[in-house]
Amino acid sequence: MVAAAQHPNIEIMTYAEVEKVNGYIGNFEVTIRKKARCVDEEKCTGCGLCQEKCPSKVDSEFDLGLGKRKAIYTPFPQAVPNVPVIDKENCRKFTKNKCGICQKLCPTGAVDYEQKDEIITDKFGAIVMATGFEQFKWEEVYGEYGYGKYPDVITGLHFERMNNASGPTGGKIVRPSDGKEPKTVVFIKCVGSRDEAKAKSYCSRACCMYTAKHAHQVKEKIADSEAIVFYMDVRTPGKAYDEFYEKTLEDGALYLRGRVSKIYQKGDKLIVKGEDTLVGKPLQVEADLVVLATAMVPAEGYEEIAKKVGVAFDKDGWLQEAHPKLRPVETHTAGVFVAGACQGPKDIPDTVAQASAAASKVAALFTKDELTTSPLISEVDTSKCSGCGMCEPVCPYNAIAMKTISERVPGGQRERQVSEVNAGLCQGCGACTVACRSGAINLKGFTNEQILAEVDAICL
Amino acid sequence: MKYAYYPGCSLNATGIEYNISTKAVAKHLGLELWEIPEWNCCGASAAHNKDHLLALALPARNLAIAEKEDLDVAVPCAACYCRMKATQMEVRNSAEMKKTIEEVIEMEYSAKNEVKALLDVMVNHVGLDEIKEKVVKPLSGLKVASYYGCLLVRPPELGFDDPEDPQTMDNLVQTLGGTPVNWSFKVECCGAGHSTAKPAVGLQMIEAILRDAKENEADCIIVACPLCFLNLDMHQKDVTSGQDLNLPIFYFTELMGVAMGYSPKELGMEKHFVNPVPLLEKKEILRHPSARREEA
Repeated sequence: MVAAAQHPNIEIMTYAEVEKVNGYIGNFEVTIRKKARCVDEEKCTGCGLCQEKCPSKVDSEFDLGLGKRKAIYTPFPQAVPNVPVIDKENCRKFTKNKCGICQKLCPTGAVDYEQKDEIITDKFGAIVMATGFEQFKWEEVYGEYGYGKYPDVITGLHFERMNNASGPTGGKIVRPSDGKEPKTVVFIKCVGSRDEAKAKSYCSRACCMYTAKHAHQVKEKIADSEAIVFYMDVRTPGKAYDEFYEKTLEDGALYLRGRVSKIYQKGDKLIVKGEDTLVGKPLQVEADLVVLATAMVPAEGYEEIAKKVGVAFDKDGWLQEAHPKLRPVETHTAGVFVAGACQGPKDIPDTVAQASAAASKVAALFTKDELTTSPLISEVDTSKCSGCGMCEPVCPYNAIAMKTISERVPGGQRERQVSEVNAGLCQGCGACTVACRSGAINLKGFTNEQILAEVDAICL
Repeated sequence: MKYAYYPGCSLNATGIEYNISTKAVAKHLGLELWEIPEWNCCGASAAHNKDHLLALALPARNLAIAEKEDLDVAVPCAACYCRMKATQMEVRNSAEMKKTIEEVIEMEYSAKNEVKALLDVMVNHVGLDEIKEKVVKPLSGLKVASYYGCLLVRPPELGFDDPEDPQTMDNLVQTLGGTPVNWSFKVECCGAGHSTAKPAVGLQMIEAILRDAKENEADCIIVACPLCFLNLDMHQKDVTSGQDLNLPIFYFTELMGVAMGYSPKELGMEKHFVNPVPLLEKKEILRHPSARREEA
């Protein structure tokens, strides 16, 4: 990320949101709201003095509530750019008009409480969607795991933060309830994944491997510990993945095939009830910590951004690639590409590979001065077009716009509205030809006459 | 407010106090219960293991009689409720099944009326406000563990509350002035018939429920199912392994009755195996005869 930030041809715009996308491949016009971070990026040197002295402490989103952050903060130490943001809801200056310590202390005078959101409109040639994923909200549906009321039932991401040397516990695995080191850690896989009754039908793909890693870390970091993994299947397709899983087994992790039916608190222990389906017997484990491998779901707001950019998504909200095998990084909208988990659950190597592919596609697009598009696109016969505008909303690629033409009629000139197909955007799906009531739109190669001729050939 | 009432077999035998207390409380609340004439077995536990059509036709006959009167049905027993609700859903979802069932029972049944658990009727249709108005002896200081069992809120498509952490009875306890206990065994299986057929398995399940309630400092448990009651109350002495748990079990209607000023006798509570009266006296919800004499 630092390398990208320092690259002369890369401009990173953080704390910003895409408001509107107009235009088409090679000519996107994007309106971006650069939110007021209340710290001048030009002046800030990233010394961190403001964060150190800020008196307001709140739960850190990045540490999933395991640690604290200040009201002026960067989400994590390696964040790019190293410029903090003020959380207006928790800053005393904004809530009570008191304090102002960060402004007083800032050696470069970068803190500016008056800063306003900035609207930027710029031109871009291509768009890569990389909106990522978030964790499935297991607390809302898994009552058998306590609906989130037991503090020592955590998710893989919590575990990951605890394992991080710069994380809230400095790399120590502890129970959130009392800070003690757990001896028996139970991992439950497929929480929300492959569970059509309660959540998602798909496999989240990365969980088998990270759970193996977590189980290995428990065995490595905690002496005399026990790591018990409840699984449905162990899926390790990937280079050296199965070997890693085998290594975890050798480390002493206990893999039990079966679902957990209930978790409840008894004293300071969590009782995990489940079944070992290979033995065919119910079993019960007294655990100190339970880690859930929760499903991946598309990041919040995917629907909004996908609609703004004009990208389709599937029933679960994953952005739709143009073809699952042959065009895995392109979308149906020309000039818009997908990278990473926004397209479907995937792990880091797959994400990096797909992101590289998307970047290459963009680079290949930009090397050309002219675009070649499919000739089989829609065409409007303006003499027939009544200008009703029915075709405009049905176009999935926003390729149709209304325009005003002027034509000669007996007695002088007349101006009227007709629709126009943008040849760069049209993908030749034919939706508009069906919607057109006056038969003014035809798909080249599949005109109404041609289709009727085919029908005649079959039926007559 | 008038409902068709399907007591089922248990409420005339092992769960007779459920019947007595239900009728007392319903009358007190102005809830008219019209007992379905010549009702037959709901088929629970036996029929649906044997034959799917039989399992649907048995409850359908009872429901068809109620439908003639255009009444929703209130069902006190959780197993009856589950079977009747399942029948209602099947008839609503399949015109073909509706036809088959009607042929079998030789009556029309279109499932237009609702099947409701008695608990649901009391709490959500009579309403907690109405109940609160009638409370004359609040259950102050009484810590109550609400036990829902398996069939009242499950399967989720049939139940009327959260299948894992239901709240209906807890809210009722609160309204009656008691303290709901937060515990983990609300919807565990009570072992059903295992306590008789396979005691080694069944008694273990009962013990786990009783122990968890005790560990969470409950004074008593309330239930809405005659089989749960039988297991927790009658078999309590069998599972305590020499240790006397002394955890009274109540039907929710009994505690409603107590809070509304009825005497244990009027509610049929002398039928309990674990005598609940000392607990109610200790909590000063009922007065001990000696206290009454002293006052006199």
